[in-house]
Amino acid sequence: MKYEPVIGLEVHVQLDTKTKLFCGCSTAFGARANSQICPVCIGLPGVLPVLNKEAVNLSIKTGLSLECTIAPFSKFDRKNYFYPDLPKAYQVSQFDLPVNLNGKLEIQVDGKSKVIGITRAHLEEDAGKLNHDETGTGDSGVDYNRGGIPLLEIVSEPDMRSPEEAYAYLKALKAILEYIAVSDCNMEQGSLRCDANISLRPEGQEKFGTRAEIKNLNSFRNVQKAIYYEMDRQAKMLDAGERVVQETRLYDAVSGKTRSMRSKEEANDYRYFPEPDLVPLVIDSAWSDSIKATLPELPQAKKARFVKEFELPEYDAGVLTTEIPLANYFEECVKEGAKPKVVSNWVLSELLRKLNDNNESIETCKIKPKMICEMLNLIDKGTISGKIAKTVFKEMFESGGSPEKIVQEKGLVQIADTGEIDQIIEQVLSDNTKSVEDFRGGKKNAFGFLVGQVMKASRGKANPQMVNQILGEKLK
Amino acid sequence: MSAFDLQKKLVSGDLKVTEAANLFLSQHEQVDSKVNAFVELEKEKVLKQAQALDELSAEQRQSKKLFGVPVAIKDNICVEGTETNCASKILKGFTAPYDATVISKLKEAGAILYGRTNMDEFAMGSSTETSSIKKTANPWDLERIPGGSSGGAAASVASGQVPLSIGSDTGGSIRQPAALCGVVGFKPTYGRVSRYGLIAFASSLDQIGPFARDVKDAALLLDVLAGADPKDSTCSEEAVPNYLEAIDKDLSGLTAGIPEEYFIEGIDPEVEAKVKEAIAQLEKQGVKIEKVSLPHTKYAVSTYYIVATAEASSNLARYDGVRYGIRSAEAKNLNDLYFQTRTQGFGDEVKRRIMLGTYVLSAGYYDAYYLKALKVRTLMKQDFDNAFKKVDFIVTPTSPTPAFKMGEKVDNPLSMYLSDIFTISANLAGLPGVSIPCGLTQENLPVGLQLIGKPFGEETLLQVGHQFQQATDHHKQSPLL
Repeated sequence: MKYEPVIGLEVHVQLDTKTKLFCGCSTAFGARANSQICPVCIGLPGVLPVLNKEAVNLSIKTGLSLECTIAPFSKFDRKNYFYPDLPKAYQVSQFDLPVNLNGKLEIQVDGKSKVIGITRAHLEEDAGKLNHDETGTGDSGVDYNRGGIPLLEIVSEPDMRSPEEAYAYLKALKAILEYIAVSDCNMEQGSLRCDANISLRPEGQEKFGTRAEIKNLNSFRNVQKAIYYEMDRQAKMLDAGERVVQETRLYDAVSGKTRSMRSKEEANDYRYFPEPDLVPLVIDSAWSDSIKATLPELPQAKKARFVKEFELPEYDAGVLTTEIPLANYFEECVKEGAKPKVVSNWVLSELLRKLNDNNESIETCKIKPKMICEMLNLIDKGTISGKIAKTVFKEMFESGGSPEKIVQEKGLVQIADTGEIDQIIEQVLSDNTKSVEDFRGGKKNAFGFLVGQVMKASRGKANPQMVNQILGEKLK
Repeated sequence: MSAFDLQKKLVSGDLKVTEAANLFLSQHEQVDSKVNAFVELEKEKVLKQAQALDELSAEQRQSKKLFGVPVAIKDNICVEGTETNCASKILKGFTAPYDATVISKLKEAGAILYGRTNMDEFAMGSSTETSSIKKTANPWDLERIPGGSSGGAAASVASGQVPLSIGSDTGGSIRQPAALCGVVGFKPTYGRVSRYGLIAFASSLDQIGPFARDVKDAALLLDVLAGADPKDSTCSEEAVPNYLEAIDKDLSGLTAGIPEEYFIEGIDPEVEAKVKEAIAQLEKQGVKIEKVSLPHTKYAVSTYYIVATAEASSNLARYDGVRYGIRSAEAKNLNDLYFQTRTQGFGDEVKRRIMLGTYVLSAGYYDAYYLKALKVRTLMKQDFDNAFKKVDFIVTPTSPTPAFKMGEKVDNPLSMYLSDIFTISANLAGLPGVSIPCGLTQENLPVGLQLIGKPFGEETLLQVGHQFQQATDHHKQSPLL
């Protein structure tokens, strides 16, 4: 039978605050174990939490960017369970009255737009981290540095219907979070974590099937892979007449498989109840409006503007607006006088590839917008050809030198002297009499070969238009 | 001597702080082997503080509201560098690395932190018998209980070992032992005093408050304890009035409400008689007496034992043997570590309440118990709101009976729970309440009069209490030890 997957995602985002959600400890990553703790975040007897207002600000900012309703009245609840990484044996979270409700996020898959609903986004504290001794002593230690770091859990509606949509959702979400600078979204450091809920239903059926929740997904690609695996696993079960059980499963990135962690029956009863140590969170419109005023232009809006203002294709605008620094870079180039589509081509092909190959970011890139413009001017003036420009570009990327200087020093100035080009062509024609005969005999592609030979002989410096023109005349 | 007078004498230099401290220490040596109010009292620590205070200049002394006055601390309030156990085995060896806000305030006010007093384990009990450390006796009759959970705090003041002490009140834990020991015990409005550093029993009910021999001293101590705290978001920003100024006003123009639901069957006839005498005395002093109704009072005990145990089950979950306190040595794996540690570390009453609280929060029972209890709690608040439209304060007995014998109720939790029947409502409604001595029974056992006030109506209660004590001498009675 053909099945349709129904996918919902839960994304935990670490909010980029200086201090923890309920105390003044640092949130910096990578510190010595238990060096960023205090009586409050390790839950010593008698301590009380005090809410970090900046974390609320970032939550509101995220909520507004995802078109959520900002709850005028929300509250905190305790989620009770025992585990050594949870020092109070409860996590302070938000249960029935979260700070953000009913949002949406637009995604693009295969050139088509789709809106994914956001059920809610709520604030909660992170747990510590267990470190197990690997030498066989069986000892375990707990590092509470991470305990109490603010997280925003963003829960989507089960609106996605393919692994690609899930991937696109995560990309779009990450773009927004980076745009509004609420999180560094670093998956390796755990500042962005994702769980996927997936079920199958026969195509055309309305009712949802039984879902599995997949945890331990440490990259967007793995989310996509795990969903593919689950689709296959569940489809085989359904085809065999078996029932899918509701359970939590762990994804193993090495084998690419999921395995059962606990069933619904084994699930904890978290005994949520209102956190009596905190007062309800009341957000009036003045507060949320003040946050709204700080919102930057969001990815979708920026993309639309790029298409309209710079007459770029959707694709170009989409790529250029994935990150604010890249979009800013592009706009800077245009401001310097470059033609938008020409810059876009260079950025999308040469620049992004170079950055990617060298694991560099646009912020650290040695080629500044002004330099790209200078280089494009050299092409326009005919000083260098597009082909030579690539060599110049490579040199600029490595040394950060100005394009004019590079052209000078390396003798890359284009040969635009008719006499000089004429001489080279004469030489090539006498060296390639066979090709000349072929061309004259009707083999049109011999022309391309001869152009190539001329360019080679000039070490790429001959002006291609001129070569074409002169060669054409000589072979008439 | 009252704390008020003692402070004056110490500030003036007529009496050295060290001399005063030695006098209290010698009283402690004489009586505490019988009373057992303290679980820890280090002479050297006390004298060291006293010596430091004696070195202060006259000017520095002036500003210290409790200069040189010893204040005993209940064993559930954290003092930096001091073991704090909540009278529980599970916290054995736990030394607080920080001061509770009230402790910082006491230090600032120049008080001497004078030892830790005994209590029911985790403040769960009404007789101090659930303490894992020792049993405290009622100074009026050593075979009887001092009340609880702040039994040690009440007994320490009643036996003349300290002029002041601080306790905590979740369902009557300050007022009931104060009544049974014949001292003043004040539970402030929820949010009046910071809870930071008070080891939680039930967070939405717990409040720290003073014990003293008379109302004026209670006002003096409350003045130091009260006020906003950036470390406790449930602590109110409401300005703290000058309590010592408020108490001198006479009572004319005030109206007292007498709730019919508090004079019920089961109340000891002698208690009822003493409380009625006190009401007549207030009337004589110009207070208008009116009947009021608090119709949801009958649900108070059941509501309390749902809300308080639910919160306790969560608050006490952190005692898992992982980070501090005791850890079972026999545990074979993680679950076993939790199981063994908690089995060995907690006493029966604490276990009973953790189980009750876990049950009422469990899936399938939450709505029927916890959620319903929250609704009843709201109704109880409304009862008080309605009553306070007509009256300025409410008068009731503090406890239905005088102090009972040790062991008498220990095996009957329900009858033990009923000894808080008159005090619980003030906690559920977040209201201030005070117990004031109003006479002795024929067996020479103290009876307490409870005054319940409007939210942040501490001034009225202190005023009424002080004026009552100006006209009577019940508070001047002392046990013979």
